[in-house]
Amino acid sequence: MKFLVCISNVPDTTTKISFTPDNKEFNKAGVQFVINPWDEYALTRAIELKEANAGSTVTVLNVGEADTEPNIRKALAIGADDAIRVNAAPQDAFFVAEQIAAVAKDGGYDVILMGKESIDYNGFQVHGMVGELLGIPTVAPAMKLDMAGTTATLEREIEGGKEIVEVSAPFVASCQQPMCEPRIPNMRGIMTARTKPLKVVPAVGDAARTQVAEFALPPKKQGVKLIDAANAGELIKLLRNEAKVI
Amino acid sequence: MSVLVVVECAEGEVKKSSLEVATYGAQVAAMLGTTATAIAVGEATEANLAKLGEQGIAKVLYDAEPRLKDFVNNAYTKLIATAAEQEGAQVLVLANSNIGASVGSRLSVRLKASLATNVVELPKTDGGQFVVKRGAFSGKAFSDVVLSGDRKIIAVKKNSLEAKHDAGKTAEVVAFAAQLADADFADAPKQVVMQEQTGGVLLPEAELVVSGGRGMKGPENWHLIEELAQALHAGTACSKPVSDVDWRPHHEHVGQTGITISPNLYIACGISGAIQHLAGVNSSKVIVVINKDPEAPFFKAADYGIVGDVFDVLPKLTAAVKELN
Ligand SMILES: Cc1cc2nc3c(=O)[nH]c(=O)nc-3n(C[C@H](O)[C@H](O)[C@H](O)COP(=O)(O)OP(=O)(O)OC[C@H]3O[C@@H](n4cnc5c(N)ncnc54)[C@H](O)[C@@H]3O)c2cc1C
Ligand SMILES: Nc1ncnc2c1ncn2[C@@H]1O[C@H](COP(=O)(O)O)[C@@H](O)[C@H]1O
Repeated sequence: MKFLVCISNVPDTTTKISFTPDNKEFNKAGVQFVINPWDEYALTRAIELKEANAGSTVTVLNVGEADTEPNIRKALAIGADDAIRVNAAPQDAFFVAEQIAAVAKDGGYDVILMGKESIDYNGFQVHGMVGELLGIPTVAPAMKLDMAGTTATLEREIEGGKEIVEVSAPFVASCQQPMCEPRIPNMRGIMTARTKPLKVVPAVGDAARTQVAEFALPPKKQGVKLIDAANAGELIKLLRNEAKVI
Repeated sequence: MSVLVVVECAEGEVKKSSLEVATYGAQVAAMLGTTATAIAVGEATEANLAKLGEQGIAKVLYDAEPRLKDFVNNAYTKLIATAAEQEGAQVLVLANSNIGASVGSRLSVRLKASLATNVVELPKTDGGQFVVKRGAFSGKAFSDVVLSGDRKIIAVKKNSLEAKHDAGKTAEVVAFAAQLADADFADAPKQVVMQEQTGGVLLPEAELVVSGGRGMKGPENWHLIEELAQALHAGTACSKPVSDVDWRPHHEHVGQTGITISPNLYIACGISGAIQHLAGVNSSKVIVVINKDPEAPFFKAADYGIVGDVFDVLPKLTAAVKELN
């Protein structure tokens, strides 16, 4: 089984978000980038399934510029066998999906795993687009993934419950908790990652279909109104008469 | 040229988020000088579909194929794409739900459309551009996105606008057959398992939410959260560590790596207000924080706060709500 795990490079979850003065770009100054937390589920589950199925391989793929390589190396240290970086700044979800679909088609991957969504763009888009571009099913978001031969059984989260879905490879799945316990690199992994292959390939495909015109921060709060705990019931009156939400 | 709205139904009812989507679609249609048609998916009744007229929908297409009752990605994609072609839809509007966003991304490729998910406002169309505002950076920011293609698909974040109710207006319900083949149902679910929700309120759709963190000390105390939620007809949520240790099911986990919600009211009980938690809830219209530590960071993001012990405060709040009702 050939697994392809797509990882995006995102600001650490503790990042305070700010933008360039014209609000056109994210301000990267001083920001630490990490593997998108959802993609860690995809990566770890692929490695677990590889370990359970002799002869399998895990390739990580990132669409990004050279500054993403530390996180690609981190994925190799966690246990992927090799890596591909499509050398381009990700313009929009469709652009990224086209790159991933091209790599997937070329390499004949059986299982393409992604995260539920990227925590910077929050698209929940790339996995569906890749499935459609390749004409194969996408199961999103998956909470569980088991494989028997080329048949996969997945639990897909739906609002208020879950669905059990069975698909055969090739397919795309986007992963989320509680699929597995994401692994962190160990010393041996970090050492071997240095010599694992990382191939850089040029971008293909059309132009992006969406452009960000401007970013904005949420409006600031007015400040908190404190109610004495002894008079807690007062809060309920304020919520009805002042805030008018109940 | 028209606007096509995807309406999700379950157990005969149109979902609340789909009433919002129908309202959104009808308003976009009015902006573009055209009408809004809906395509219904899931288990629907004709009477409830006709009521979509209240949200401004002129016509509703419904394919009564029984296998469409549950979500099937490929079949739904084909159904909606067929309807979009038939109606000459220029703009397609769906809910930013697991179903809506899943088919939306497939449809954007099939229909060669520009897609924006997580959209929070009506589009701006001045200057010949079509611009939508969407949530980005997990609730920490917004972005205005230009949809440059001839066709546009918009997935609207839940609770971003209020559904309109023009009582008495009805939509025409028209049978629709997308001629689906067995192969379109290859990814049909083998089984659907629904979970019991507190008071029957689904968290992603809830207008009011009561949420608990590690300060609740253990699952045996969650009845305090549930009793307040029930009195308010609210949904229940929790912080990540709470679902990590299985005090609560993980689908209740809100935050940067859980779900993001924007209810009218979010009551946080014994939650410190870590940046990753705030990301999931800071677009709530009103935030109430109950925490015994006056220095808890959550107070900075709150509209109302009580510095106190949740075990003392929560029963008082529940009693006050019951008194009010
Ligand atoms: C990559 C990453 C992603 C993350 N994603 C998320 C996410 O999506 N969602 C999320 O929630 N967290 C997330 N976290 C975790 C986050 O950083 C915090 O650890 C977490 O939100 C803390 O949960 P808590 O507030 O319930 O617990 P704590 O931080 O332990 O806070 C408990 C609070 O309860 C108060 N308290 C205690 N007893 C009482 C009492 N009797 N009465 C009143 N108040 C009391 C305390 O004063 C304290 O403020 C993430 C972390 C990382 C690293
Ligand atoms: N630049 C990228 N390179 C590789 N994979 C990506 C990239 N951007 C997004 N993905 C994958 O697509 C998933 C969904 O992203 P999104 O549609 O942006 O929310 C992510 O969890 C990643 O697995």
